[in-house]
This record gives sequence, structure tokens and C-alpha cells, in this order.
Amino acid sequence: MNLLEVSNLNVRFQTPEGEVAAVSDLSFTLASGASIGIVGESGSGKTQTAYALMGLLAKNGRASGEVRYDGVNLLTLSEAELNRRRGAEIAMIYQDPMTSLNPYLTVGDQLTEVLQFHKAMDKRAAFAESVRMLDAVRIADANKRMGLYPHEFSGGMRQRVVIAMALLCRPKLLIADEPTTALDVTVQAQILALLQDLRREFSTSIILITHDLGVVAGVCDSVLVMYAGRVMEYGDAQSVFHDAAHPYTRGLLHALPRLDRAHADAATTGGTTGVTARLNTIPGNPPNLLELPSGCPFVPRCIDRNSACLSPPKLENFAPGRQRACHRLIDELTDLDAPLGVG
Amino acid sequence: MLRFILRRIFFEAVPTLLVLVTVTFFLIRLAPGGPFSSEMNVPPEVKAAIEAKYRMDQSLPMQYLGYLADLAQGDLGPSFKYKDFTVNELVNKAVPVSFKLGIAAFIIALIFGVCAGVAAALKQNTWIDYSVMGVAMIGVVLPNFVLAPMLALVFAVWLKILPAGGWEGGQFTFMVLPVAVLCKHYISVIARITRGSMIEVLGSQFIRTARAKGLPMHYILRRHALKPALLPVVSYLGPAFVGIITGSVVVETFFGIPGIGQLFINGALNRDYSMVLGLTILIGTLMITFNAIVDILYGFIDPRIRIK
Repeated sequence: MNLLEVSNLNVRFQTPEGEVAAVSDLSFTLASGASIGIVGESGSGKTQTAYALMGLLAKNGRASGEVRYDGVNLLTLSEAELNRRRGAEIAMIYQDPMTSLNPYLTVGDQLTEVLQFHKAMDKRAAFAESVRMLDAVRIADANKRMGLYPHEFSGGMRQRVVIAMALLCRPKLLIADEPTTALDVTVQAQILALLQDLRREFSTSIILITHDLGVVAGVCDSVLVMYAGRVMEYGDAQSVFHDAAHPYTRGLLHALPRLDRAHADAATTGGTTGVTARLNTIPGNPPNLLELPSGCPFVPRCIDRNSACLSPPKLENFAPGRQRACHRLIDELTDLDAPLGVG
Repeated sequence: MLRFILRRIFFEAVPTLLVLVTVTFFLIRLAPGGPFSSEMNVPPEVKAAIEAKYRMDQSLPMQYLGYLADLAQGDLGPSFKYKDFTVNELVNKAVPVSFKLGIAAFIIALIFGVCAGVAAALKQNTWIDYSVMGVAMIGVVLPNFVLAPMLALVFAVWLKILPAGGWEGGQFTFMVLPVAVLCKHYISVIARITRGSMIEVLGSQFIRTARAKGLPMHYILRRHALKPALLPVVSYLGPAFVGIITGSVVVETFFGIPGIGQLFINGALNRDYSMVLGLTILIGTLMITFNAIVDILYGFIDPRIRIK
């Protein structure tokens, strides 16, 4: 039984410059206890997908399609019905721990209110439970720190607080929107390890939104690669990373800095030392959603484009459990480098 | 906290007031005419006695030092115009009147201004927002000397339900019209400030977090949004409170209310040196005090700037 079934999710924004399609025809499923990574550059619609699932779109945004959670379409729920699930069954972690906590309330207040609303706990029980959860995300002296304000915490600690806040009610679904982007690399690793532990402990399903493929490889069962609000490739993490079937996915994987590749690249680019070899990039910029090409949105930046790409590609199954949206045959695509090992 | 208050008094309040006193003392004497220029011719010995009483027989620097010495003991000197009274006596009678009027207007302005601003922010770009902001705009541009006679005409002359003026010890019916006129400007400004900052706060990430936690909107508004949204309002309240208490010249004059505003106007017109000086010091002190209170309030609202 799937916990979450998203089918044909569309997110549209009315702006003064015209209607913007931030997410188009997005479909995926997530089993109980499983995790999926949503990957893409800035503006690919990852975050808006998360907001649409949570019912948190900006006022000028509208979501259509179906988001079935436990058999109920979240998009048609009233605010009150949504509030019963938000924070209790579905929780979210944000990109920037500096701005996602209320600077005017103590951390304790912000934690306990969740339990008081969803679990009808009294103040003392909520306090004890919050301290326990802060312990679980490894904040030392949790008891004392409950009375502190967010500005008295470091960035990594704030993100732990946000995670603790999201996990207070043992949610069945956790949406983590770039949970490590704003953090130091060492702290990133700790936070990811923490998410893994908690997932095992509470058997929470996770949607991990990121532009960091390394993070996805470490945490997720399946991957959804988005570009300009559309799905480019979808499949289990192992096969997508070992054997990417879309030029965009291949470009992203190729752009990862890899120490073991530096020497080889240096050799081909003219013999400078490995340390100074340039990082690979996908040429061009993410598209302006107001002026998308009529065909495949990736066409202007694709090294494998041909005339067929001027018509929009369909997302099609090409192997069991794998989908991609590309007109070219897989064998015709440029092989940028050897497949990346899954870490 | 105590150190903050002491520093505030000795390094900020006292020097500021000293400058204020000095400038006012010499400026008012620079103005043409004097307190006794409208008096009839009096015998020279009477004139000499009067001048001695007011230190007018001394040189200007001596007058200034003498005034400062009195001031240090809290003595604002005798009134030049109302010769049987000291400035202290006159101010002591006027201050409660102005405070009663001002505090009533201030509380009403605060409550209605904040509520209207929050409503406009929540219903941004709807008819509610547009009507609140429209009325507020009228409130800012409509002068008190237009509104006061209009209200008096409607409620006192036509409907005959409220008195057109007078104070009568501050009975309720006598306060309604002056308070209404007095708070109009402040309701409008507070509503506009509240709306702007509330819209900004509601768009911030931590409000989205609160919504993601499944908290109901009325709770989010009260618990998460109100404090930060009120910060700009609080910083406006200090000067507004002083302005509302002392700046009611038009209102007090029109409705014949014996408050500070009337004293001030008469003092300036009569070249009542000690009265003008006394009231300037009073207003200056109020201004400094309320700005300090605002600073302390700020710390209570925003933990990041709390005074240790």
C-alpha cells in the first residue's frame, strides 16, 4: 500500500507577467517507510512541489491534479482538515534554519505548541516530550535549551531543532526541502545521518528535495529528476545513478566534483595538475518559466538534441520501474563518463 | 536594567534637556515684544518691583543662571501673565486634563488602529483592505480644525446629543468629541503601519513553518505574527503618545478644554517666558521618557535586542 500517490500534479502561479507553470504533470508514488529524492536545479519546481503537497503555496498559486495521502486527496481538503494532518502526520523541514524558526518565541514554546495542538498534551507533558525529542536529535542540555531563543543556537543546532519539531508527532511522511544546503559540510553529514536514523526508528517516509546528488545517493530509494517543472527521469536510485537514461541526469552526474576523476580530466584538457582541473558544468542557465521552448524544455542546453526534440517528449516507461522523457534512444546519448558509484 | 536607566538619565536625558532649556530660554527672549509690553503705563517704582520679581533687572546671563538654579529645585518660576500663579501651579492643573484626554485617545487609537491594520493585512487587496486604507488616508489628510467643527455641527447642533464644548471635570459626554477628533490621525497612522508590517510578517518563512505545523490561523496570528508586526507600531507609539498629549492645541482650543495645549498657545502669544520654558521642559521630559520606555518595550518584544 502506497502512503502517497501523486498523479498529474500541476502548480500554476498568476503573476503580472502571465501564468507560470512551476510544476507540470508530476506523478510519483511513495511506499510507507520508503524515501524518494527530488533533484533539480534552482527553479525546477522542487520546492513548489513540496509546498503544494503541504497546502502552503503562496496566495497567487494553485495546485491541481491529485495528491492521495492515505487514500485522501490532500488538494481538496479544507484548511481545518489539512491542519489536522499538517505537523501531525505530514511534517516539513526547510532549507534555511536561520529564517524558519520564529525569532520572537523560545524554542521550547515552538516545540510544545505542536504537541499541545495535535496530541492535546498539557504543558508539562509537552515539555517533557519536547526535551526527549531534542535529545533524540542530539542537542545537549536539552532541558536548559528549551528556554532559549533561536538566535542563541548555531545554524546546525537550529536545523536540529527544526527536525525535532517536524518529528514530534512521529509523522508518517517527512518532506525535507534542502535540509542541509545552508549548513557546513561536516554538519551536513551529521544531519543526514540523523535523518537516516530517525527514518529507521520511526519508519517515516521521506521526500528529500535537493540539488545535491551525493545526498540523494546516500539517503534515497528512488529518484525523480526535475527540470523546468517537469519530470525528466524517474527510477530507483541505484539504476538512475549507475545508468542515467536522460541527457540532463547525465549532465548533473557529470557535474559532480570527483577527486578520482581530476587527473583523467586534466590529462585530456592539456596536462595541468589534477588539483586545478575545471569542474564540469551543464552549459547555459536554468530556463525562464515564462519563456519555455515549445518542445523539450531542456533543448537549448542539451548536447544530444536533434530535430525531434522540438516536439514535447512524453514521460515513458523504458524499463521496469523506470521512466524518462526524451526522444533520443538511450544508446544514442553521449556517454559523459563512467557511471558514478552509489555511496 | 538599572544601569541602562541611569545611563539614559545622566548621559542622555540631562544633557538633552539642558540644550533644550538653553535654546528655548534665549530664543523666546529674542522674539519681539515682552511680557509687559501690553501693560498700561505704571509708575516706575511698580515697574521696578515687577522686574525685580521676574529678575528682569538682572543681565541676561544672570537671569539664565538664576532660572537654572530654580529649575534644579523643580521650580519653574512665576507666570509672567497670570501673576498670582506659579507655572508649576498652572501646569499641575492642566496636565491631568491633557493626560485624561490624551490617554483616552491613545488607547482608542491603538486598539482600533491595530485591529483595522490587521484586518486590512489579512484581507489584502480586497474591499476590506481598500476601505480601511481609504478611510485611513482621509484620516491623515483631514485637518482637526475641519473635523472638529463638523462633528460639533452634527452631534451638538443638529442631533443635540453631545455638548459642543467645555470640560466639566472630564465628564464622559464632554470627552467624546475631543477624543474622537484627537485620535483620528493616530488611528490612521497606526492602521497603515500595522498593515504594512503585518503583510511583511505574514510572508515570512517562520509563518510558513507555523502553518506547516498545522496550527490554526487565529492562533498563528496571535502567537507568531502579532509581536513582530507590532514592532514598528511600538516605535511610533513613543512620539505619538507625547504628541497626542501635548499637541492637542486645536482640539483644546476648539472645545475650550483647559489643558496643556491652551497654556502653551497663550504662553507663546503673551510672551509668558517662564510658561513657554516650563512647558518646553515638560514636553522634552515626556519625549525622552517615552522614547526610553519604547526602547525597553522593544527588548521585551524582540529577544535579540533585550537589554542585559
